[in-house]
Amino acid sequence: MSPASHELKRAFETAAGLGVLIVAALGPLIFSTYWISFILTQVFLLGVAAASLIFLSAYGGMVSLTQVALYGIAGFVLGNVVTTGNSKGLNLGWDPWLGVLLGIAIATAVAFVFGALASRSAGIYFLMITLTYAVIANLFFGQVTTFSGFGGISGIRTPRFIGEVDSHPNRLYYVSLVVAVVVYAAIRYLVRTPFGITLQGVRDDPVRMSSLGYNVPLHRMIAFGFAGFIASLAGVLFVWWNGHIDPASIDLSATIDLLVIAVIGGLYRLEGAWLGAFVFVLINNYIRSVPGLGHLGISEERFHTVIGLIFLIIVLLSPGGLMGILGRASEFVERLLAGRRVATAATSPRSTGSGPD
Amino acid sequence: MSAVETAPEVRKQIALARLARYTPWALSGAAVVFAVLWIGFLAPACGANGCVGTQTNFGSAVHDPQDFLATLLDGVTAAGVYFVVASGFTLIFGLMRVVNMAHGAFFLLGGYITLKLQRAFVGEDSAFGLLSSQVHFWQWLVPSLIAAVCIAILGLGTQQIFLRWNQGQELRQALITIAIAIILADQMVAHFGAFAEDIAWPGILDRRVNVHVAGVHYTLTRLIILAVAVGIGVALWLWLKKTPTGMVIRAGVDDRQMVSALGVNIQLTFAIAFAVGSALAGFGGALGGSFASLGPGVDGNWLLYALVVVIIGGMGSLAGAAVGALLLGLVSNFSSAYLPGNYTFYSIIFTFVLLAIVLAFRPLGLFGRPA
Repeated sequence: MSPASHELKRAFETAAGLGVLIVAALGPLIFSTYWISFILTQVFLLGVAAASLIFLSAYGGMVSLTQVALYGIAGFVLGNVVTTGNSKGLNLGWDPWLGVLLGIAIATAVAFVFGALASRSAGIYFLMITLTYAVIANLFFGQVTTFSGFGGISGIRTPRFIGEVDSHPNRLYYVSLVVAVVVYAAIRYLVRTPFGITLQGVRDDPVRMSSLGYNVPLHRMIAFGFAGFIASLAGVLFVWWNGHIDPASIDLSATIDLLVIAVIGGLYRLEGAWLGAFVFVLINNYIRSVPGLGHLGISEERFHTVIGLIFLIIVLLSPGGLMGILGRASEFVERLLAGRRVATAATSPRSTGSGPD
Repeated sequence: MSAVETAPEVRKQIALARLARYTPWALSGAAVVFAVLWIGFLAPACGANGCVGTQTNFGSAVHDPQDFLATLLDGVTAAGVYFVVASGFTLIFGLMRVVNMAHGAFFLLGGYITLKLQRAFVGEDSAFGLLSSQVHFWQWLVPSLIAAVCIAILGLGTQQIFLRWNQGQELRQALITIAIAIILADQMVAHFGAFAEDIAWPGILDRRVNVHVAGVHYTLTRLIILAVAVGIGVALWLWLKKTPTGMVIRAGVDDRQMVSALGVNIQLTFAIAFAVGSALAGFGGALGGSFASLGPGVDGNWLLYALVVVIIGGMGSLAGAAVGALLLGLVSNFSSAYLPGNYTFYSIIFTFVLLAIVLAFRPLGLFGRPA
């Protein structure tokens, strides 16, 4: 790739990113209330959660299935702290901001503990260990009626400046948008710091990094804790948006849904988090309107069959997800612009596995 | 700096390193000793008016040997089912490095196939399911074997169609099996409904027997589960140790490429191992569906059990699966029986504690070896 075309590509990406941001900032002028309050807010918060997963996978080589559980922990803590009058839970009725602070702090602390325990594993072992964390967290909140029980926690208030989400959807929309942008910028910044560079070294060759004197488990643990912090932000947004959280919000199906979002978007590009969330929420909402599906026996209740098939197709055909497809398309265009002959798949996408061992 | 000056510093560092190294051992050792003392001698029993403070439902083993023995048997027999399910998982993982995330879905589908066949064989289908008295022995055994065969074929198909050409790409294979698990789970909700159901035991087995220790009468079916699990374990062990196929599998676990280079058809071995591993999930579904129940979400729970067992025991090791299953069965049953009566719902934490202790000392599991 010539430097000029590289410049062009970056300029194009920046322009596309700014365009999306401007559209999002003007959202309430463009989209209907349903889109603002339901679809886009959900996209932003799911994107934040997916970004924590993609951060770990793209820069740390760790595919974590615990992010939904961590977001649930933040949500449950917040719910327990701020509500009153639920049949289960602590019903402390404290200030909403204190709830946010405690929720994020506790979820991040749990993430550090989880990260420390899993930090000597990588790859497929990491996936399995984090899946057990997720299921255990779900069972914990299902069984322990002190904090939740099956019914969950309802009536979770937002801080006053957001107000009632139903009557002021734009406020939560902007809060989610700002959190999403800040999270995106923070991750982009972090991966350029010495810590981020070291983390990528750990991803690529833990043995060599270890020989160079870097503490590999410590880097993994810190990365996991940071990702837990981001996931807990998504958890706070989720309970503000939903007003309710129960164990089903963090069950295996929800855990897998977040993985699906990250994989559809692309496990190796941060932008994929929000792209994947957008596609996922759209499919979830508009599957009933797709003509012809009803004749195939696929109704909206069979959403997970559809999403499973899409997931399967993406994993089989494009391990880089939609961002991978976009990347390849832009390379194709570049080569056309450069006037060169288009070679077939000159640069193959990065393989999702650790390669033959 | 001279050596004389640094010596105390170094000594201090060594002492600190020792402390860091032995503290987790000491802590976990103390925890285990306390648990044994608590269950054996210390646990107070709840009064007639309910439980207060740290009082437990049964009291200590010395105080109430019957319930202690029953809990022990509960743990060991539950471990039997865990072992059947997890041994299939670990067989597939050990040889092919495939983490079959659809193992739980295979389990549940195996259970449902058994359930539906049993109802078709018995011919009576009430809204509340069958009673044991309506079911003959073969009406339990034949459906469960057919289910095992069906799941073996399903697993074989999955491996040949989706996994075979992605060999070595571990994460991608895991994602593929997750996709299959999503689709299967959703289709099972569509076809079998969202209510929990269970498979009926055959009438002749569904009774209590006297185990002649401390006057305990214990459910025969659970003892039979244990016997079946031990039988499956011994059969798998003999298969792996004594037959040519088993020899190739063991060699393949150590070095696939070398086995392949020696002219062995490793693809055939992979196919056999995947079919057997899946069959164990299907048969485990028949056992688990009779032992507990079948319904949406059950697949996730049993996938969790399989994962915990193999993470504790070490992935790819049959002995590890047995030890892991035993530890999980005992820890989960004893923690729910011997926690203070008002707090038994915290028992799930102990599954996590078990996992955490093992991972802290042996990241690859008790019997695990680096790949």
